[in-house]
Amino acid sequence: MGQTDNPVLLSIRGLRIEGRSDETWSEIVKGVDLTLRRGEVLGLIGESGAGKSTIGLAAMGFARDGCRISGGTIDFDGIDLRTAPMAECRALRGKRIAYVAQSAAASFNPAHRLIDQYSEGPVQHGVMSRDQAEHDAKELYRRMHLPTPDEIGFRYPHQVSGGQLQRAMTAMAMACRPDLIIFDEPTTALDVTTQIEVLASIRDIVDQFGTAAIYITHDLAVVAQMADSIKVLLHGEEVEEADTRTMLSHPQEAYTKSLWAVRSLERPEQPPAGPDEVPVVSVRNVTAAYGAVPVLKDVSFDIHSRRTVAVVGESGSGKSTAARVITGLLPPLSGTVMFEGQELPKDYRNRSKDQLRQAQMIYQMADTALNPKHKIREIIGRSVQFYLGLQGRQLTERVRQLLDLIELEPDQFIDRLPSELSGGQKQRIGIARALAAEPRFIICDEVTSALDQLVAEGILKLLNRLQAEFNLAYMFITHDLATVRAIADEVVVMKEGVVVEQGGKTEMFRPPHDPYTELLLSSVPEMDPDWLDRLLAERAAGGAGAGVKSADN
Amino acid sequence: MVNSIWLMIAQRLGLGLVTLFVISLLIFGAVELLPGDIAQEMLGQSATPETVAAFRRELGLDLPAHERYLNWLGGVVQGDFGNSLANGRPITDLIAGRLGNTLFLALYAAAIAVPLALVLGILAALYRNSWFDRAINVFTLSSISFPEFFVAYILIFYLAQSGLFPSIAKITPDATLGEKLYRTFLPALTLTLVVTAHMMRMTRAAIINLLASPYIEMARLKGMSPGRIIVKHALPNALAPIINVVALNLAYLITGVVVVEVVFVYPGLGQLMVDSVSKRDITVVQAASLIFACAYVLLNLTADVLSTLSNPRLVHKR
Amino acid sequence: MDALIGFLTALLWIAAVIVAAAGVAWVFKTVAIALAPAGVAKVLRTAPLTANFGIIVIIVYVTVAILAPLIAPYGEREVVGGEYLPWSTTHLLGTDNLGRDMLTRLIYGARNTVGIAFVTTGLAFALGSILGLLAATVGGWLDQLLSRIVDILMAIPSLIFALLLLTIVGTSVVNMILVIALIDSTRVYRLARAVAMNIVVMDYVEAARLRGEGLWRLIVREILPNASAPLVAEFGLRFCFVFLMISALSFLGLGIQPPTADWGSMVRDNATLITFGDITPLLPAGAIALLTVGVNFVVDWMLHRASGLKE
Repeated sequence: MGQTDNPVLLSIRGLRIEGRSDETWSEIVKGVDLTLRRGEVLGLIGESGAGKSTIGLAAMGFARDGCRISGGTIDFDGIDLRTAPMAECRALRGKRIAYVAQSAAASFNPAHRLIDQYSEGPVQHGVMSRDQAEHDAKELYRRMHLPTPDEIGFRYPHQVSGGQLQRAMTAMAMACRPDLIIFDEPTTALDVTTQIEVLASIRDIVDQFGTAAIYITHDLAVVAQMADSIKVLLHGEEVEEADTRTMLSHPQEAYTKSLWAVRSLERPEQPPAGPDEVPVVSVRNVTAAYGAVPVLKDVSFDIHSRRTVAVVGESGSGKSTAARVITGLLPPLSGTVMFEGQELPKDYRNRSKDQLRQAQMIYQMADTALNPKHKIREIIGRSVQFYLGLQGRQLTERVRQLLDLIELEPDQFIDRLPSELSGGQKQRIGIARALAAEPRFIICDEVTSALDQLVAEGILKLLNRLQAEFNLAYMFITHDLATVRAIADEVVVMKEGVVVEQGGKTEMFRPPHDPYTELLLSSVPEMDPDWLDRLLAERAAGGAGAGVKSADN
Repeated sequence: MVNSIWLMIAQRLGLGLVTLFVISLLIFGAVELLPGDIAQEMLGQSATPETVAAFRRELGLDLPAHERYLNWLGGVVQGDFGNSLANGRPITDLIAGRLGNTLFLALYAAAIAVPLALVLGILAALYRNSWFDRAINVFTLSSISFPEFFVAYILIFYLAQSGLFPSIAKITPDATLGEKLYRTFLPALTLTLVVTAHMMRMTRAAIINLLASPYIEMARLKGMSPGRIIVKHALPNALAPIINVVALNLAYLITGVVVVEVVFVYPGLGQLMVDSVSKRDITVVQAASLIFACAYVLLNLTADVLSTLSNPRLVHKR
Repeated sequence: MDALIGFLTALLWIAAVIVAAAGVAWVFKTVAIALAPAGVAKVLRTAPLTANFGIIVIIVYVTVAILAPLIAPYGEREVVGGEYLPWSTTHLLGTDNLGRDMLTRLIYGARNTVGIAFVTTGLAFALGSILGLLAATVGGWLDQLLSRIVDILMAIPSLIFALLLLTIVGTSVVNMILVIALIDSTRVYRLARAVAMNIVVMDYVEAARLRGEGLWRLIVREILPNASAPLVAEFGLRFCFVFLMISALSFLGLGIQPPTADWGSMVRDNATLITFGDITPLLPAGAIALLTVGVNFVVDWMLHRASGLKE
């Protein structure tokens, strides 16, 4: 971290950017300053709507359709990108400033091979010949730890996995050895175990070439590994900026402190259920498949009253499928689902109204879980009316009670449409709808993963409170181990349709682990700038899940 | 893995054949659903039962339906469509020259319309929301709203009245190509105007849809020039949608041909069909419908196969 | 040289018409915004001139269609003078091939042609959208069956198919309405199914299914409200297609039959005048074109609004 003496590479002063909605322009970035020295890595962090991607693109003199840079200066190595002619900007992009997008799968052109897309930049910008570029590509693929670096470039994007594509994209950004790279949430779409490898490769290569970088993310632990200093943004304005260690240990502003605090939410494990207590839901030896593709193999677990079972796994592990089997959307090939000791019909269409009422579901995307054309009154009220037969004033009264329960002011919200709510409020309505049925059991499918951290924390606290109040049993599907800490009593770890390990939370977080659990646990980034180094060292020494390959390679 | 793509194409072709078969069944079967008796209806109420019976034998109506279908289909495959109900002449003779004329007109119009529409469509997409684009939008929206005969008569009013072009597209077998092109200029222009508008709007929409993709933004962020972005990044991916747009509009030409042939008294298949409909000459209408439907199915099939071949995801399997 | 002058006058005419149309649309927009309630006025403010023009056209046509007997100077089928009389003060647009008043026939044509097209579209829509929503919601074999049938019906070009069916069942107005409604319902089915397919995968529909809601409520309360915007736009587009198809059939002498006043057959009956340089037969054709242009302008605006600012 000795970049403080290096010359300034990028200097942004009073940057203002406007976005258009409904034919009117409104400011989304409100006067941000930014200084980046050669070889320095700056982390831009903030929740959704903070304007971090927009600022990242502005650093290339670029604004998306529907956005415009309305004020301030962007000085890149003596060139004012706002006033420079189009051709000059174009000559910089890809050559001296490169960009790595969030979704590599969407950002690679499906019609061309990886190596052709790699070579395009250097050849078009006149940096090297096509042959040199190809040779160089293989070299960089090797440095990015891609498997079969000499051949992988000759594949089409759809023939390569997500984590590998993200590394190939980073290699492509490096092609012209730029002075600056903008990383826009490059690992957000990846599983945790894949993320580690991509993070390590990115950091390596940025170090090796001494490239300056702006690293945009919403994940504090990730930015702690990557950046020399961190700038926190909120609603298009800077909250504060400091070097990474200072920022992590001594945040100054209240907003930053609250962001940091979320990470520490942890619920003590509830005492285990007695041996003769009948579980609310019991999944017994379930095997299920989509068509001919098997997705669950002999899965069993129990969920007791007042307890939360977290089902953890990466994408494709079958954790959501388990929920679909319990709800009856996907009838299993074999095995049973029991409710309070009684076997449930396999298909939801054969279940009684009361059986349906007892098991409710809260969805990941609150946006698609609420009918956009129905008012809150109907969304919540329909369950009350349908299951409990309340009408008229009683119905309204009950809906108001439920809104009180989820901490939303009834008068204010009862006649709103979902589009008039924020993400967290929508998720609360989803919870109220589930509660309205007065169930014994609720499935929470990644309910916080689409939310900003502060909002997610509120939801988790609410769920904990409601569980105690109504003796609910929760099945909590998640890929995020921090969420598991915050809410679970028991943990079920799944991989490729099989339960790898299950048990009480305290026990699960303490070694020894099953190797896959170890890999999963060790891959969760921690708020410690040295965490990645330590982990890589441990893995090199044969610990921390080193023996298990991530799903990606 | 090249085999799998040929397998896929073979499947499409097989499906196309099945479709054609079902269509022939439909065209034949629809007549069977007719309430009452064709022979009776053709001859009128005054005909004696003997004449009706004789006529039925002549048409083969005394045979069971499936036998007649097989006979008909067998004939069609060999190019024999049976005889006209109205004048007893073999339908194949009636159709032969006219089919060629119709194809000539359709190809003529397509040869002008396709390149014109693609170029204008791409330009409109490139300069979207500009004045050029807006003007084009209003113009194309208007012309797809015009009935074909409106366009045709306007052209006649302005271009034929003064004697610049003939308003009646007479075609003689011995006419030279140049003569033919001149005489059929107005009908071809009518079709072009109507089809170009449709095709252009769809091309524009397909390209704009594509320009919003993240990989186009990536190309811009790599500092590529606008021309290169269109040619190297957008077009290879736009092939499939564009092929479909072209096929859809060529198929639309088939419908347009019918009306335009009537307006310009052009001796094509469409005019024959319209005449036969008013005479209720069912066998001729069946034959013409089958030919038009075949052309339509073949066009869509070709588009399907071509767009499969242009999709790297399908050509290069994992 | 004549041709050049003809071309130039044509261009002048087009320019004049566009300017006049834009002017009328602008006046309408200003007045409508001033008079309409706040909510409607806000929507209208975003409407381009083309959409305003379309709205005026539709209003005028509907008014003329409803008030036809009051506005028309003569009876619909009344022979009032010689054949092909030129424009005059007694017969503003002259007379047709049988000596009937052209203006009267044009006015009644609004009622007949537009009315019949509207009924046909309504039928096609009811059939196609109900089956399409049902297929998407129920899925499985019902969806497969309906979709394969529609695939086959759509494999025959619509005008050709209409001609074939009309030959079989005979040309009459009722037959034509039924035939076109059937053919067009396949197109509506495709769209309704596609739109509904995007909605049935939504979590709120899954939530309703898991709640135990019946099929009817699923379709009416959960799916239909979210499908209404594209369906309304599709109604406009379908109307244009149906209207043009009916006009084409009538023009070919196979649609609406005489002596009913109808724009398509009016063009056919008086077409000979065009070769003598009389534009009268172009008026009914223009009437058809104007309405379709108007509807298309409005639909275009609605689709643009529905797609948000994606472009």
